Amino acid sequence: MAKLNINGTVREVSAEADTPLLWVIREHVGLTGTKYGCGIAQCGACSVHVNGEVQRSCSIPVGDVKETDLIVTIEGLSVGASHPVQKAWASVDVPQCGYCQSGQIMAAAALLKKNPKPTDKDIDEAMTNICRCGTYQRIREAVHVAAGVGTTGRSGG
Amino acid sequence: MNKMVLNNTVLNNAVLEKNAELSRRTFIVGSAAVAGGGLALGLNVPFGIEEAQAQSAPAATEVNIWVAIKPDDTCVIRVARSEMGQGTITGLAQLVAEELECDWSKVTTEGITPGRNLASKRAWGEMGTGGSRGIRTSQDYVRRGGAVARMMLMQAAADQWNVPVAELTVSNGVITHAASKRSIRYGEVAAAAAKLTPPDAKSIKLKDPKDWKIAGKPLKRLDTADKLDGSKIFAIDLKLPGMLCAAIKDCPVFGGKLKSYDESKVAGMPGVKKVVRVKDTGVAVVADTWWRAKKALEALPIVWDEGPNTSQSSATIAEMLKEGLTATATNGERKNGDALKAIGEAAKKVEAVYATPFLAHAPMEMMNCTVKLSADRADAWTATQNLEASLAALSEASGIPLEKCEVHRHDLGGGFGRRGGTQDYVHQAVEIAKAFPDTPVKMIWSREEDQAHDFYRPISQCKMSAGLDAAGNLTGLHVRVSGQSINSMLNPKGIVDGKDMRQLQGYYDTPGDAQLGYDVPNLLIEYAMRNSHVPVGPWRGVNTNQNAVYMECFMEEVAKAAGKDSLEFRRALMKNHPKHLAVLNAAAEKGDWGKPLPAGVHRGIAQFMGYGSYSAAVAEVSVSPQGKLKVHRMVLAVNSGHAVNPGQIEAQVQGSVAFGLTATLYGEMPVENGRVTNLNFDTYEIMRLAEMPKVEVAIVPTYDFWGGIGEPTICVVAPAVLNAIYAATGKPVRSLPLKNVKLA
Repeated sequence: MAKLNINGTVREVSAEADTPLLWVIREHVGLTGTKYGCGIAQCGACSVHVNGEVQRSCSIPVGDVKETDLIVTIEGLSVGASHPVQKAWASVDVPQCGYCQSGQIMAAAALLKKNPKPTDKDIDEAMTNICRCGTYQRIREAVHVAAGVGTTGRSGG
Repeated sequence: MNKMVLNNTVLNNAVLEKNAELSRRTFIVGSAAVAGGGLALGLNVPFGIEEAQAQSAPAATEVNIWVAIKPDDTCVIRVARSEMGQGTITGLAQLVAEELECDWSKVTTEGITPGRNLASKRAWGEMGTGGSRGIRTSQDYVRRGGAVARMMLMQAAADQWNVPVAELTVSNGVITHAASKRSIRYGEVAAAAAKLTPPDAKSIKLKDPKDWKIAGKPLKRLDTADKLDGSKIFAIDLKLPGMLCAAIKDCPVFGGKLKSYDESKVAGMPGVKKVVRVKDTGVAVVADTWWRAKKALEALPIVWDEGPNTSQSSATIAEMLKEGLTATATNGERKNGDALKAIGEAAKKVEAVYATPFLAHAPMEMMNCTVKLSADRADAWTATQNLEASLAALSEASGIPLEKCEVHRHDLGGGFGRRGGTQDYVHQAVEIAKAFPDTPVKMIWSREEDQAHDFYRPISQCKMSAGLDAAGNLTGLHVRVSGQSINSMLNPKGIVDGKDMRQLQGYYDTPGDAQLGYDVPNLLIEYAMRNSHVPVGPWRGVNTNQNAVYMECFMEEVAKAAGKDSLEFRRALMKNHPKHLAVLNAAAEKGDWGKPLPAGVHRGIAQFMGYGSYSAAVAEVSVSPQGKLKVHRMVLAVNSGHAVNPGQIEAQVQGSVAFGLTATLYGEMPVENGRVTNLNFDTYEIMRLAEMPKVEVAIVPTYDFWGGIGEPTICVVAPAVLNAIYAATGKPVRSLPLKNVKLA
């Protein structure tokens, strides 16, 4: 029985110690916004924040997570999708299929926390998650918008 | 409309560009009706996401099958096609809303399930979503559906006020009688409108697209909100009471079988319920969670009968294709004049052989399907590009009649052609669920399984030969494609008298869909079918991708041999193809063709046609002295006839650059010992944000046809980049992916 602090709530989970944090979050805690994409820390669909750092939860055994570790998933990033990254993603109309976007948003939020005004090069280095639909150009634009240094000329309601 | 026949063979064909009609174990569903055909019957199905949402919201009055309106004026627009990121839901809703004259800010959408469509005699028409057909093959009847609803709503207002309907106007869902200064909202007349006899949909004159106010505008997508906070439930996320989870492994060698497994070795592992044989080729572990099922599957001792194909490899397949480049017999051709003679007599001869590999679709959401079987009822929850194909697969595999089956819709976490006709994953999930009656079982493929059991983009080689006269004019062109056939795998009836023209997509003489944009006085284009044991299928853009590389890279080599500018050489061959030419010109103009570039940066250009749309691209690249490639900028132009949502067209074109560049830079699925080898993203690399060039899009509609947008621009990405590399290095690239090519 492990105790996990997820989105500010401490929960007891009965998962084997080698179970990846991703699958504990999805199947034991029931939060499915964090996605399975590769299982080998390549794609970033499973990105969560652990103590403020973006981490790929598919490759963290739950046995290595302490009760004092603060885990934040996409569901806990904000109330009502009010985080500047989420608002920027909406204003730039970033998602296509949407499957990778939880991870992309978590990666962008972690980037901006460390580096509030990232350059294109900073974005290149931090945003390494895979998007198969190819929303990369709008992700870049939305990160700048979230940082308050970009504008979107997109219309529509 | 034609009578539609729903059966497994059709389903296999479901994503093909051509709407072939085939039959095996036929089940006649009935004639498809157009909009206005009366009331739809909703089936009461447990656990459906859309039903649950409908139940929690205030009731909407169905005006006709496409439009339901709530008292608060919310317009619920019904969508039959699948959404996989391409924006079809938003585009189709725009087309209905345009004719409906409703308030766009009050539009929501509702997905139609295939069981509901079936129970309504296919009132919503075809549901298959592939071949970039989502909008172009349903635009007419959905617009008429919106128009019928508008006329019924206005008639209801006229009846209430006792005035002629001709005296009424409508805007943003508010009907006004100017003479009496009265107005009424759609929400207030919907109930009365629903009782009226609908007008004949076919007699309605639709709006001229020039007058569009909602369609034709770059409106934001309707389906973004739940993709931002993790609340969107993809099929892989489904949770049902009492649900079990299954992990599956199929014989890694195509054509092999499952021999045996030792269940006792995993029986005591946490959460494990049962090990299930899945047909002749696979085995699944069912447990209380998927992770436990997967862990037990990895621990399960399995003996495979690897079958007859273990000696097959990339090298043996390449040899087979090479033989097809010069073989006498062919499987489809297009010709005019005498190309071989013209080339033989030419002042200058150019020849090149190109090759493109197998590619996996690799959607981010891997194949998955949840099935619950009861004595007289079957339900499935899955991500599919063809809901009716999924329904038929569910019925066929379970033995339960179609009318007692339902497939619950989930938007797809990527499709790209993988989730169309084959429905292999639905069949598997049904087999597993048979072992657990009355229990929902969710089967999820691992990424490795998804890579290992795809229907891959077909492998091919192409030998190109051209003859030039003394003035550098192209006098003869011979194209010989040798490669695997999609029809042979999935749609044998598409091969007529041994001829399979589908593999020559983009080289056709016939206008309208995938026509070659060049006129050559002596032309011979041939296909030699060479099938390996590796399963193939449609991969976003299908055969336009490979065929554009062959044609457009060779045109570059020929232009160079003729001593002519790439653009001018092409233009001279395109005089009879004004639409192709206009798009090429649009790309050249926006892409600054011929204008100075920074030192070390070079341009390449390409054009092609597929899915009813015309595409062209200009790429700017540099190649470092060490051979490192950087793609700086890509300008694409597209004419899809109409442009229902330019913002979404731009998004699709941007995405097509990422999809096309991934294939150009990295994409290959090698074969060793009869099996594929690149089983995850460490070896099957996908392009990341850092490599994404700046993409600029010229949308140049001519408003006289309806083309597609989900696929057509992918095919010009690779040749534009390869031609720019040729300009940079002076050496043509003739095989993909670039990761295997030394550029310095």
